Amino acid sequence: MEWMAWTWPTAIFFIIIASTLTVFTVLAIKFPEAPRMGVLRIETTRGDRLFITLLGSAFINLAWLGVIGANQPFALIVCLLYAAAVFRWV
Amino acid sequence: MDKTLNHKAWFLVLPVIVLVAFSAVIPLMTVVNYSVQDTFGNNQFFWVGLEWFEEMLHSERMWDALGRQLLFSAIILTIQIPLGIFVALNMPKSGFWSSFCLVMMSLPLLIPWNVVGTIWQIFGRVDIGLLGYTLDALGISYNYTQDIFAAWVTIIVMDVWHWTSLVALLAFAGLKSIPDAYYQAAKIDQASRWAIFRYIELPKMMGVLMIAILLRFMDSFMIYTEPFVVTGGGPGNATTLLSIDLVKMALGQFDLGPAAAFSIMYYLVILIISWVFYTVMTNLEKKEG
Repeated sequence: MEWMAWTWPTAIFFIIIASTLTVFTVLAIKFPEAPRMGVLRIETTRGDRLFITLLGSAFINLAWLGVIGANQPFALIVCLLYAAAVFRWV
Repeated sequence: MDKTLNHKAWFLVLPVIVLVAFSAVIPLMTVVNYSVQDTFGNNQFFWVGLEWFEEMLHSERMWDALGRQLLFSAIILTIQIPLGIFVALNMPKSGFWSSFCLVMMSLPLLIPWNVVGTIWQIFGRVDIGLLGYTLDALGISYNYTQDIFAAWVTIIVMDVWHWTSLVALLAFAGLKSIPDAYYQAAKIDQASRWAIFRYIELPKMMGVLMIAILLRFMDSFMIYTEPFVVTGGGPGNATTLLSIDLVKMALGQFDLGPAAAFSIMYYLVILIISWVFYTVMTNLEKKEG
């Protein structure tokens, strides 16, 4: 594992991603849901909305870093708001 | 008949998951780890946080390469997609000449990237290349090693030469799948050639065309070998596309941290564009049937 140059923050990052995926997989099996149409006019399931959230969050973080460049943790608050919006309306 | 639902079937894809983890997921995780650290070799790493990302986001070099990359992809898509459709529409639909055309069109696709690069590198040379020599003899100034415009024209024409037939083959497959009844109905209605194309052929080709656009976009966005062999990214940095810049940074300068941050952003851009294409494609299919 040493060659992978692990650090605690990146390890925690991947653990969070992996557990989110696990939780959503279990949810999809236990409570299957029909796709629904949202503001983007495309059919999405919970998994799709998670993907949109994660990908969007990556860009929100990069934009924050590029434009504001300080107090990066606050970008996560924006991401949470974005996630809530995606799960509510997309 | 209902499909049998058995979640244990997921275990059958386990070998693929292991393979993908080994060849893609674990290396990608390593890249993420590199992107937040600095190294001076010897496998010793120092934590730097998001510094590399910040540096890359403010790096003119990266934005310039991204701009060139988007321009390159936009130009080749604007040329190759209409040209491919045009070629497919004019191909013989059956018989010996149809097969002959198909084989001839597949030939450029079978040539390895570096060979295509070498062919064009020599073809365009003013001293020994047929194209370069002819243009020079006609009095047209053409030198892809010194002139930016000539370098761009060369790599674009080369890509069109290499990949238009892929679009044409896909469009041809789409055209072949249209039943004759549609054309007969159009004939009864005395539809014009344009109307047949607009209301029968184009909608029926939409699915394969989206695949063609996606494939051509991805390939052109990640292109490395051909322009590298022909121009080496020059003159100056004029044809340094994203992956050429990335390789320079990662292997030429061995700046692992910045290169890793760069790769992750490159990856995210590709991911979002592919997702948009994929979503549009699946929605088209749903609308059709």
